[in-house]
Amino acid sequence: MKALSQRRRHPLAAVVLLLLGLIVTGGIYAAASGANEAQAATTYTADDVQQGEKLFIANCATCHGMESTGTENGPSLVGVGAASVDFQVGTGRMPMAMQGPQAQQKPAQFNDEQTAQLAAYVASLGAGPSVPEEQYLETTGDAAAGGELFRVNCAMCHNAAGAGGALTRGKFAPALEGVSEEHIYEAMVTGPQNMPVFSDANISPEEKQDIITFLKTVEANGSPGGAELGSLGPVSEGLFIWTAGLGLIIAFTIWLTSRSS
Amino acid sequence: MTATSATGTYEPKTKLGRITNFVDSRVSGSMMVKEFGRKVFPDHWSFMFGEVALYSFVILLLSGTFLTFFFDPSMAETHYDGSYVPLKGVEMSVAYASSLDISFDIRGGLFMRQVHHWSALLFVASVSVHMLRVFFTGAFRKPRELNWVVGGVLLILALAAGFTGYSLPDDLLSGNGLRIIDGVIKAIPVVGTYISFFLFGGEFPGTAVIGRLYVLHILLVPALILLMIAIHLFMVVIHKHTQWRGPGRTNNNVVGFPVGPVYAAKAGGFFFIVFGIVAFISAVFTINPIWNYGPYDPSPVSAGTQPDWYIGWVDGALRLMPGWLFGFPFEWNIPFPWGVNTLSLNVLLPALVPAGIVFTLLFTWPWIEAWVTKDKRIHNLLDRPRNAPTRTAIGVAGVIFYCVMWAAASSDLIATHFLVSLNDVTYWLRFLFFFGPVIGFIVARRIALALQRKDREIVLHGMESGRIVRLPHGEYIEVHEPLDEYKRYKLVAFDSPQVQPAQPDARGKVSRQEKRRGALSRFFFEDRVAPVTPAELEAAHHHEAPAEVEASAEDQAPASLEKH
Amino acid sequence: MGDHSHGSPNTSGTVATAGQGVEGEFQNPGLPPHRPRLADTDPRAEKRAEKQVAILFAISVIGTLLFFYAYFFIRLDETIGTLRVQNLFLGLGTAFAMLGIGVGIVHWAKTLMPDHEVIEERHEIRPEEDRVVAEKMIGDIIEETGIKRRPLIRNTLLGAVALAPLPAIAMFRDLGPLPGDALRHTMWDNGVRLTRDPSGTPIKASDVTLGSAFHVIPEGLNDAEHKLEEKAKAVVLLMRLDPSELNPSPGREDWSVDGIVAYSKICTHVGCPVALYEQHTHHLLCPCHQSTFDLTQECAVIFGPAVRPLPQLPIAVDDEGYLIATSDFTEPVGPSYWERG
Repeated sequence: MKALSQRRRHPLAAVVLLLLGLIVTGGIYAAASGANEAQAATTYTADDVQQGEKLFIANCATCHGMESTGTENGPSLVGVGAASVDFQVGTGRMPMAMQGPQAQQKPAQFNDEQTAQLAAYVASLGAGPSVPEEQYLETTGDAAAGGELFRVNCAMCHNAAGAGGALTRGKFAPALEGVSEEHIYEAMVTGPQNMPVFSDANISPEEKQDIITFLKTVEANGSPGGAELGSLGPVSEGLFIWTAGLGLIIAFTIWLTSRSS
Repeated sequence: MTATSATGTYEPKTKLGRITNFVDSRVSGSMMVKEFGRKVFPDHWSFMFGEVALYSFVILLLSGTFLTFFFDPSMAETHYDGSYVPLKGVEMSVAYASSLDISFDIRGGLFMRQVHHWSALLFVASVSVHMLRVFFTGAFRKPRELNWVVGGVLLILALAAGFTGYSLPDDLLSGNGLRIIDGVIKAIPVVGTYISFFLFGGEFPGTAVIGRLYVLHILLVPALILLMIAIHLFMVVIHKHTQWRGPGRTNNNVVGFPVGPVYAAKAGGFFFIVFGIVAFISAVFTINPIWNYGPYDPSPVSAGTQPDWYIGWVDGALRLMPGWLFGFPFEWNIPFPWGVNTLSLNVLLPALVPAGIVFTLLFTWPWIEAWVTKDKRIHNLLDRPRNAPTRTAIGVAGVIFYCVMWAAASSDLIATHFLVSLNDVTYWLRFLFFFGPVIGFIVARRIALALQRKDREIVLHGMESGRIVRLPHGEYIEVHEPLDEYKRYKLVAFDSPQVQPAQPDARGKVSRQEKRRGALSRFFFEDRVAPVTPAELEAAHHHEAPAEVEASAEDQAPASLEKH
Repeated sequence: MGDHSHGSPNTSGTVATAGQGVEGEFQNPGLPPHRPRLADTDPRAEKRAEKQVAILFAISVIGTLLFFYAYFFIRLDETIGTLRVQNLFLGLGTAFAMLGIGVGIVHWAKTLMPDHEVIEERHEIRPEEDRVVAEKMIGDIIEETGIKRRPLIRNTLLGAVALAPLPAIAMFRDLGPLPGDALRHTMWDNGVRLTRDPSGTPIKASDVTLGSAFHVIPEGLNDAEHKLEEKAKAVVLLMRLDPSELNPSPGREDWSVDGIVAYSKICTHVGCPVALYEQHTHHLLCPCHQSTFDLTQECAVIFGPAVRPLPQLPIAVDDEGYLIATSDFTEPVGPSYWERG
């Protein structure tokens, strides 16, 4: 103890104290939030952040601002986390082609490396949801439990079979077929656009894995009854019977009552 | 025992003959054979929709009977233990679980479920098309007005059968449909909550309703349908079928094929064809994938929640009704001496008014038309829709009215598929709800009148043959082929009623009702096209070269040339 | 019935003068002449048609056999994929079995059975002599009952017959209980915790972040006796907004917790779950009939057929940080009904 107190006016004492403070607060924060958050699957280097900043300024700053604190054309990205970027850029929604009620999915403009760099840069702006760990993306969860969660939390927008659905004023919840496990997870945890945020405090990582397992199981199964007609329910079934069904029947009736040659 | 029959003794020679004779002498089959064996039925494809309806009902009975051996309508709680993995262990009702078992664990069960449901959609569709055919050809006129009413009842029963049926599996989609029905019932003034509690055996969802719908679906409604079908077909036999106008056909005969063997063969074969088509569709296309919806629970809901197509118009009406209109609410809290009561017009108006209008007009139409036209004659010949322009236009307006509501039921799917705003779809359909029928009426009547004029042109001047001929003096004309007398008769054999203005009654007074009838008669028949008369045809011929009109198409230099 | 079938107009059973008449109407030319089919005149065509019909019936047999194969020999491993294949072949087998018979019979009728059109006369639906006889019979029957002369019998009969069916109606009284005030109360009460649907785990205020939507059931619902009936009234949506965006009306200032608000999930139109939450617009959309509710206006209706706002559940935080209700809803949830007031 005497050694410590004798050195308390040492020039480096302030640095040591600062480091101690940072470690203690960071450690408490990590411990407190660790229970609720999936650990980051990727670690970014400083080079990633730099490259990402360059890409950001060239492609994103027009709408999101040079410091990415937002403009009237795009929201602030401070705190949205790497997961948001990985989702938005990875599905091609960002960069947005034009203003509209909703960003449309389109072919991704950046490759995986660039997407990761952008994610690194945005993650460096402020703490936010990170890209999910591999273990939660494996389809070894409980599909039945995932189905129950899906129907309560997701089906009202995305449809019970994941075929998508309408929101107000031109917005919509897209169909989920063909979406990667990673993007499904990231969408849940970041709440893109008008989708609510399903943080890990609402739906835990294991539960998210169950939901992903459910979706992928259903996708792999296909429908045992035959072609699905878009999985849109009674509307497509009714349309089908009126067009193809009655059409076929009328064709037969015309043949039946026509004169034979 | 020696038989001493009045007509002498008949001894059959073959074994089959002896058996037939045994039965016949006890039930008088001979009388039936004599009466119906060679009965004549006219043969046109548009007459077959009623058969499609009948056959799809038979398919429903057959497939439905199969399903009743495996379906359990109980709402008791169970946990799924069958082979469909994504629902394993999930809590659900026994009804839903048994539906899953039929689909996944009983061989042919899924196929039978699909046959049953596709056939149900086809049943209501074919009843509707059949009714439209009957309407647009005027087959509801005397003596068939009562049969038209029986048909209307059959349509309502078909809707009831379908609704009770698709609610049986107790899945999320149909369960939300029941929730909506409960909401509508609760909105009924005075007795709404009582009806709701009695129907569901308490609070929604209760544990009684699926079992009760089951009884309605497999016993009461089919029994009523069968009764109505029997009455319907009995009347068709008594009245005999109508027929299109044409050569050889009069109001007092039926021209066609005898029941035995041709008509029975075609009609009987057609049953197998309908069954085959339904089986093919059920083999290749999924319908009502209840495993995707999950069991009914009041908490989840699926995007794109719609009823089966034939209930869609009611759902669409509910969607189109605004709750507030420029600050005016459609739900009123009305103070009474005993307290405040709530009147939910936002629910009652769309649930009752469009259906009320449609069914009232539907059931009373034969009498309305008979009143306007003052026509009390028997009609066994059909009208081509173009030859009754106002009736056709009214029918088109009715169809558009129905279809706007039907489209409204899928407003969210229209929005996602055509990438438009859901709210805009609603605004457009609200506009079309009022103005669509009007626009449709005007356009349809104009088209019918124009088609009639085209028919006149064809009769007077023949069909365009596509052959261009150069006359000696240099003019080019297209040769028109005149019609032979059979084809011509088809185009001229129709009545074009004239306006019948208001007439004074026996006491010389013109009642207000009669004035209204006169006004309607003018509305119906003011714009009319009369059939070509022989004198007009003569006159048309005199406008051309005086040579004989040839019917042959082989001539290089046709004897008569029509100038156009 | 008469066989006034084909032939030239002058020998058919219709009006004698065909072609152009003097009056303003064309006369019915009678049935057009019969055109024979190939199978009528050419024995080879007839044999060909026969063979075609036989082939169609044979296709039907193959279809039936395909059905049996699919039923007994497909789907031996009970996976979804083989179920799809089995359904396909059961269906195709049935389709060919049926279509083979149907098309075969129709083809037989069209090509080989006689196709001469036959004329049958229509008769009066109700001949006058029948009506006269029936009228007299009914008159005699009524006269023999004597009911017209015996008003006492008639009146008491009417009274008895009018009353006798009424018990049948009364028997249905026990279809269900009377509503009472069941629709005015839910499981929510002061101190009842908000829990996640469907797991039932309680929710801490700190779990609810800006932009999230929690689907909520009251604690104890999963063990309740009438679980689905209670759930149908008690389901709640929990969301968090910036407190400055909420505009609580007088008396509701303490119904939220730091911008966290709870509203009934049952639509006030006809009862579907209003489950779609649009995070940025703060709108709740009901998927059934598109009623839209605005969270910044205490869930007032801004579009669609609903009229009343969603009832708000007053919430607070208990001493462990979990969200609790502070009372039941202060109005009935769900669709309106007559006695609601």
